[in-house]
Amino acid sequence: MLSTLQPPRSLSLLPLRRFQISKTIVSAASSKTIDTSVISPPQSQILTTRRSLLSGETTAVEIAKSYLSRIRLTEPQLKCFLHVSENVLKDAQEIDQRIAKGEELGPLAGVLIGVKDNICTQGMPSTAASRILEHYRPPFDATAVKKIKELGGIVVGKTNMDEFGMGSTTEASAFQVTANPWDLSRVPGGSSGGSAAAVAARQCMVSLGSDTGGSVRQPASFCGVVGLKPTYGRVSRFGLMAYASSLDVIGCFGSTVADAGMLLHAISGYDRFDSTSSKQDVPEFQSQFLSVDQFGSKPLNGVKVGIIRETLEDGVDSGVRSATQEAASHLEALGCVLTEVSLPSFSLGLPAYYVIASSESSSNLSRYDGVRYGNQVMAEELNKLYECSRGEGFGGEVKMRILMGTYALSAGYYDAYYKRAQQVRTLIRKDFKAALEQNDILISPAAPSAAYKIGEKKDDPLAMYAGDIMTVNVNLAGLPAMVLPCGLVEGGPSGLPVGLQMIGAAFDEEKLLKVGHIFEQTLKGSSFVPPLLANVA
Amino acid sequence: MSTTLFRTFQPNQFSLLGTSLLRRRRSNNFSVRSCGSQTTTTHEAKQSSPTRVAPKNHKSNKLDEILRDYEAVIGIETHVQLSTLTKAFCSCSNNYGSYPNISICPVCMGLPGALPVLNSKVVEFGVRLGLALNCDLSLKSKFDRKQYFYPDLPKGYQISQFDIPIASGGYVDLDIPLEFGGGHRRFGITRVHMEEDAGKLLHSDTGDYSQVDLNRAGVPLLEIVSEPDMRSGIEAAEYACEMQRIARYLGVSNGNMQEGSLRCDVNISIRPIGQAEFGTKVEIKNLNAFSAISRAIDFEISRQALLYNQGKADEIVTETRLWEEGAQKTVTMRKKEGLADYRYFPEPDLPEVILTKEYVDSIRASLPELPEAKRRRYEAMGLGMQDVLFLANDVSVAEYFDAVIGKGAEVKLAANWIMSDIAAYLKNEKLSINDIKLTPHELAELIAAIKDGTISGKIGKEILFELLAKGGTVKGMIKAKDLVQITDPVEIEKMVIQVVSENPKQLEQYRSGKTKLQGYFAGQVMKMSKGKANPGLLNKILLEKLNAKD
Repeated sequence: MLSTLQPPRSLSLLPLRRFQISKTIVSAASSKTIDTSVISPPQSQILTTRRSLLSGETTAVEIAKSYLSRIRLTEPQLKCFLHVSENVLKDAQEIDQRIAKGEELGPLAGVLIGVKDNICTQGMPSTAASRILEHYRPPFDATAVKKIKELGGIVVGKTNMDEFGMGSTTEASAFQVTANPWDLSRVPGGSSGGSAAAVAARQCMVSLGSDTGGSVRQPASFCGVVGLKPTYGRVSRFGLMAYASSLDVIGCFGSTVADAGMLLHAISGYDRFDSTSSKQDVPEFQSQFLSVDQFGSKPLNGVKVGIIRETLEDGVDSGVRSATQEAASHLEALGCVLTEVSLPSFSLGLPAYYVIASSESSSNLSRYDGVRYGNQVMAEELNKLYECSRGEGFGGEVKMRILMGTYALSAGYYDAYYKRAQQVRTLIRKDFKAALEQNDILISPAAPSAAYKIGEKKDDPLAMYAGDIMTVNVNLAGLPAMVLPCGLVEGGPSGLPVGLQMIGAAFDEEKLLKVGHIFEQTLKGSSFVPPLLANVA
Repeated sequence: MSTTLFRTFQPNQFSLLGTSLLRRRRSNNFSVRSCGSQTTTTHEAKQSSPTRVAPKNHKSNKLDEILRDYEAVIGIETHVQLSTLTKAFCSCSNNYGSYPNISICPVCMGLPGALPVLNSKVVEFGVRLGLALNCDLSLKSKFDRKQYFYPDLPKGYQISQFDIPIASGGYVDLDIPLEFGGGHRRFGITRVHMEEDAGKLLHSDTGDYSQVDLNRAGVPLLEIVSEPDMRSGIEAAEYACEMQRIARYLGVSNGNMQEGSLRCDVNISIRPIGQAEFGTKVEIKNLNAFSAISRAIDFEISRQALLYNQGKADEIVTETRLWEEGAQKTVTMRKKEGLADYRYFPEPDLPEVILTKEYVDSIRASLPELPEAKRRRYEAMGLGMQDVLFLANDVSVAEYFDAVIGKGAEVKLAANWIMSDIAAYLKNEKLSINDIKLTPHELAELIAAIKDGTISGKIGKEILFELLAKGGTVKGMIKAKDLVQITDPVEIEKMVIQVVSENPKQLEQYRSGKTKLQGYFAGQVMKMSKGKANPGLLNKILLEKLNAKD
């Protein structure tokens, strides 16, 4: 019913007036050949920024000002940020001073980065969008944030999310609902909806999110940006407010694969403050980001791609299905060898995920007791203090998951729920391993549908949970996956983006980035810029 | 860490129940040894001071009769606070002072986003203790979260080990002191596991608010769970004492009960003799001294036996009771309504604890000689059990003793010097054996000098105190003070003749039958020789002269 639409085009990140939004609808399916002559492929904002700073074409302050003004213009409608840093211009000035002094610039110098609100930023509010942490300012930076700052990155602010990462829409934020830049009446996805929407609306160049069951990938799909969920252990979780410790990873958003990849490179690596972080070497991803003219005719020749059969069955919107199939055809055109693979345990993932994630969260959220920090309700008696602080501090979705998790871990139920879910997890790992021994990457839709209306699933948690079906298995297996826009479906003023999920073997983000970058750079008319920006301009 | 003290025995008999006027059955069991205690701690000194003897009354015999029909089943959970430099899961100092909340960080405060990182010393200490308790080690163990809410528990869960402890299935051997009936015992060790301590609550005097001190939060502990193998207060106290001894021998903890570095919770039930199944279990907390363990158990045995005897066995309920030192009784702290559900699950923030065989072997090879091995060795050397227990009680004393005999000193003589004069000196001066200036080598020299007659035993004792306080060598001191014993009979005879001739009055008295005056003459001669005359020779020659008919 829905046809795949050609995305609107944009030419460059700056200045705004240069954005050209086209509403011409052309079926991408008709253009299987690689032809990049019509629209220039999307440019890395990180590399563009670096070039313009080094050449003296512009200054970090000028760039920062333009982003801040866009935030001022768009934020009233979008509500991506819970907090915008007061130090952006000051940080940018420091970069300019370094340039003036001829000092060496970090690879992220002047890059404006949004940080999801559940990632600790020293002295800057970090609340995980929860009342229980309202006004809380951590005394330390998360390792990922620390690394970003060391490399010259500028934290723009803290992005909205579903409280503690529990949700798929940002509607579960205690403070505000973020709108989708493609259609303000729709959700941006979640839980990292603020980070995804902010990148889509060019309120920042890249952003950090967190992904426990798809919280980076699904909003990336809904907002038409690249979302990269690294292998579990690739990025330190130190400073990430835990939702489900064995599933949580910090992930990256960018408007291009290269940006997401470069941000990932900046934050990756072993951290002695996180014993689950990996000592695996972090390869230099940047060599993968060749320019289009360096590609051969079949740049992905021989790359084996498995399309997961179970992800294209009933329950998936036909537009999403056809966009995925067309993306597969595009990969074939690039030289990939496409096969269909089956993951027999696929459907078991969702219930197992909700048992494990709820169980771990019931424990992880115990520390929010109102005793040492955060929301405290004075009471005559200790249990009342707990009851009221937590009762008033947590939102409905969080309470529901704490209750579910507490139940699942209770004596007498542990074996039936938590232990069984762990067994399922082992099965899922095994199935993925087998499929990835036969294939270099696996592909699937990122979500069963494009962005839906705000409020549409708010009162139907099961329907919302079902939307996570494409992504949760990857977290259970701990694998890296990337979502990148592959097409548009009907909806909103100019179509709604649909993301393609690519899943790789553990610690093989490099391959995802390589395939993703070539896919993105060769996708016909591939600039996914939301119509909102035209209005702003 | 190793403040040294010697075992002292305090016989104390006391009334058990203020209201019921009961006495314990075997009087020798009233005695509680305060072992390994710290001299400086006045608290314990007070606790172990002799208690008034209870007035005898007719009911005591009746209780003795009742107690004869029951058997106590006792198990102990011991928490050993480890003396690592840093806490279990963060780099905060584990050596905090008294000022609250100075040794804390985002990790041990449970701030959002903070993660635990295991201190490898905790594993090492766990392996050491596991091996010392003859346990099987789990080459692959893990941490779990034990979940409950309390303000002293910052994360809302304690990182502990649940179904796979680092060590399990061991035992401990110990000797019951003679005065408590003597005998060798072996008690089973169910498990040893690693966990973190909680903080402390400080309650305001008015009781209208409380404050939390998190200095102790995250301090590493080893919990040792015994099999229910003990049958009396004495056995339980001796078990706890041995745990302290082992912890100190291994250097994993200072084992100080008053500071809470060694904490014992006792589980106790009684059953009619001959009955196979256990009775209702009661837990006793707040046991801050070995004497408290023994007395609390004896109290609890009597309380429960009386209830049984009066047909009120159903009043014995699963509960936690507190030992009240002042009242010398246990009181209900909280009744348990069903089993607490701690919702244990594997700690996802920490990887499994994997031990290699090589690692375990290297630790096994580095273990010191443990108390039981020492006791058996001392016993084999011919020392009596009282000496054996004294010397092996404190690792510093044992090491000192071993060093002295290593220098060739005779075993029995070395033991006597350490247990009598040196022990007395340490007690008076409130010192540890590590503080004294007398090296084991010099003590061996001193013993040799007396044995070979170079100096008299009396001189030996005199210079001992100087050596203890100031150090120096025995040979140097003998030379400097010209202390070499006079063993030349001619020289001694000269002095005897002089003394006898200078005391004609006393000589006359002596010869007229007042032979006690020999001591007077001997003293005068000794004085003239400046204490150096060989006493045997002196007396022999003196007698000859005194009894000579001239």
